[in-house]
Amino acid sequence: MLSRTADSLYWVSRYVERAEYLARILDATTRLTNLPSTYGGAGTEWQSAVSTAGCEDTFAQAYGEANERNVCDFLTFNPDNPSSIRNCLAQARSNARAVRTALTSEMWDALNGAWLELQRFEKKRMDREEFARFLDWVKNVSLVFDGSAYRTMLRDDGYWFSRLGVYLERADNTARILDVKYHVLLPANEQVGGSLDYFQWTTVLREVSALTAYHWVYREAVKPILIADLLILNRRMPRSLAACYESISRFLDHLGDAYGRQGPAQRQARKTLAGLSNTRIDDVFEHGLHEFIEEFITENNRLGNTIFEQYLQ
Amino acid sequence: MVAFDEMTGSGTELRPAYEALDRWLKEAPPETLALRRSQAELFFRRIGITFAVYGDAESTERLIPFDIIPRVLTKPEWTKLEAGLRQRVTALNMFLADVYGPKECLKAGIIPPDLVYRNACYQLEMVDFKVPHGIYCHIAGIDVVRVDADTFYVLEDNARTPSGVSYMMENREVMLRLFPELFATHRVAPVDNYPDQLLATLRSVAPRSAPSDPTICLLTPGQYNSAFYEHSFLADKLGVELVEGSDLLVKDDVVYMRTTQGPKRVDVIYRRIDDDFIDPLVFRSDSVLGVPGIIGAYKAGNVTLANAVGTGVADDKAVYSYMPEIVKFFTGEEPILKNVPTFRCREPEANAYVLDNLEKLVVKEVNGSGGYGMLVGPHANKAQIEAFRRKLKASPEGFIAQPTLALSTCPTFVASGVAPRHVDLRPYVLSGANGISCVPGGLTRVALKEGSLVVNSSQGGGTKDTWVIDA
Repeated sequence: MLSRTADSLYWVSRYVERAEYLARILDATTRLTNLPSTYGGAGTEWQSAVSTAGCEDTFAQAYGEANERNVCDFLTFNPDNPSSIRNCLAQARSNARAVRTALTSEMWDALNGAWLELQRFEKKRMDREEFARFLDWVKNVSLVFDGSAYRTMLRDDGYWFSRLGVYLERADNTARILDVKYHVLLPANEQVGGSLDYFQWTTVLREVSALTAYHWVYREAVKPILIADLLILNRRMPRSLAACYESISRFLDHLGDAYGRQGPAQRQARKTLAGLSNTRIDDVFEHGLHEFIEEFITENNRLGNTIFEQYLQ
Repeated sequence: MVAFDEMTGSGTELRPAYEALDRWLKEAPPETLALRRSQAELFFRRIGITFAVYGDAESTERLIPFDIIPRVLTKPEWTKLEAGLRQRVTALNMFLADVYGPKECLKAGIIPPDLVYRNACYQLEMVDFKVPHGIYCHIAGIDVVRVDADTFYVLEDNARTPSGVSYMMENREVMLRLFPELFATHRVAPVDNYPDQLLATLRSVAPRSAPSDPTICLLTPGQYNSAFYEHSFLADKLGVELVEGSDLLVKDDVVYMRTTQGPKRVDVIYRRIDDDFIDPLVFRSDSVLGVPGIIGAYKAGNVTLANAVGTGVADDKAVYSYMPEIVKFFTGEEPILKNVPTFRCREPEANAYVLDNLEKLVVKEVNGSGGYGMLVGPHANKAQIEAFRRKLKASPEGFIAQPTLALSTCPTFVASGVAPRHVDLRPYVLSGANGISCVPGGLTRVALKEGSLVVNSSQGGGTKDTWVIDA
């Protein structure tokens, strides 16, 4: 297929995934700030949301204070923030429109419909209730889009490139959450029984829809090291770095088989996956959680570049 | 001036082709028509059949209004029209081969040489270059208007990159969905084989060195182009890649597309980018839409461009006025389709007449298109006429003028109910190495404003399904 078509499919998925991720951050942050002040702490939740979204610099340029109004505005509809939910959906639709015949009609419907509806939300003044509905709606758009891709796309290169977009973005998002929260997850900071920590930890889990999963997997109270284990190494957890790399590796192998050629992208993904498989969570903490995640994010970016060079340029 | 009506002729009789439709219109409650119209609109909106309007920042994607009452032509009417179209397009291709080759028609004094040589669309690059299979205008859109029961005039020949064929096909699709009962009572000739014919045409003109299964692609300026929907629609129906300039590269005079499996050779390009933008090395160097080196590959005979470069010289409005002579010269036959009588303002006598009669005439810029830069005398106010008079005096050679035609009208569903509105027709004529083909019908455009003669979509016109029926 045309490299540009593959590139657009890849980015459509990335942008939709990113929009969902932003909605999750906002949802979890709102919950956290809703806690009574005796449970609350430093009041830096909104700043932390901006950091998790990975746009501290652009935010600082646009606004002074990281409060609820500024951060929500910046991460949802702000046209000047290239990674606002609005711009993610706009970019997804624009990419989709350029290659719309490579999308199934269900996928196009999901995005085009979302774009039209978004403009209705944008014009409204939203109270908290309305805002919560909006965030649910964003998550739903991503679900419908993802589901329609899963159900309707031919299993060929177009599908694999679009899946690669999903999982590279998802791995990046999970890693970012961990990176921003690493100080919460560090055992040294642990105040046993401290309610603040408990709610901050569960926020991490909520951001990736993993609170229930955690209990199923560990059957224990929420502990930082186990959260890290779940989100980094546990392949049963669909957003974990290991699970993402299992998928990335599989889809790259499909491509390699279909094209009759393996390349640097396949080797690189396999190496990262093997690394994750051979690591125990204690090793991660010994090495330094922050360092581990930083290295992962760099590696994940590098794989994105390699895929681009091998297939998309 | 009473216009000929497609349904009622002079307004008193009911023409036989419209009998069943007339019955249906009388029986169908207005609510049903209104409901069907909104269903049609929903259909177009959902699948995104939109076009972009330049300079309209508010809504970059608009729907072209669709009218649910079809325009009907009988088989004998169509047969005659089609013969005229074939003859006209044959002549257009011969004319193009001639002006870029032996120039017999210039030597014979059929058309003043400066109209060709000084024409902005005359491409020196193409002089003495033999295009593959001798065909220049692979896809033509010939705008015709009807003035009475027997007479069609050609209003304009579109020989560069005519658009609108997707509307012809989608209009039919919507009609089939919304009015199955109408199709049960009429035998309507199908148009859905157009993509097959287009693909066969494009395959037939591949370079002789190309493999038997040539690689074809459709080159678009991208999603911000007004006709992008059509480009993606056609690529999809043809089963070929829709490429932008950046998807192509030229190496050693061979064109390749960038694919996920490496460069893939391209043999035929249906290009929907204008000459000026297609190759920055040859034409506008500031264009980022085109492909550097593509003209080199074309001239090396390694790729076919459809339409050929430089076809604009044949659809120029000044050249248009010579088409009857051109048809006769090249085919040796009397033209089947007439031209609208045209005053060439470059001729002093004609210009004097035009200046004296501006309020009666339609004056068009020779290089204008899309309904821009024209004066419709009877509908213009004094100031507009005087402004145009100054333009005309300053550069008479830039204009032609025509009497305002009584374009035929067709019943149309408007706010006030069913009322006659002026229409034109754009059939699409394909020329390949195996001959000419043309699906029956074409795109009927309708001026939705009462009395208006301007049917262009950029000026608020709408479209209708066009039926050729056995009758």
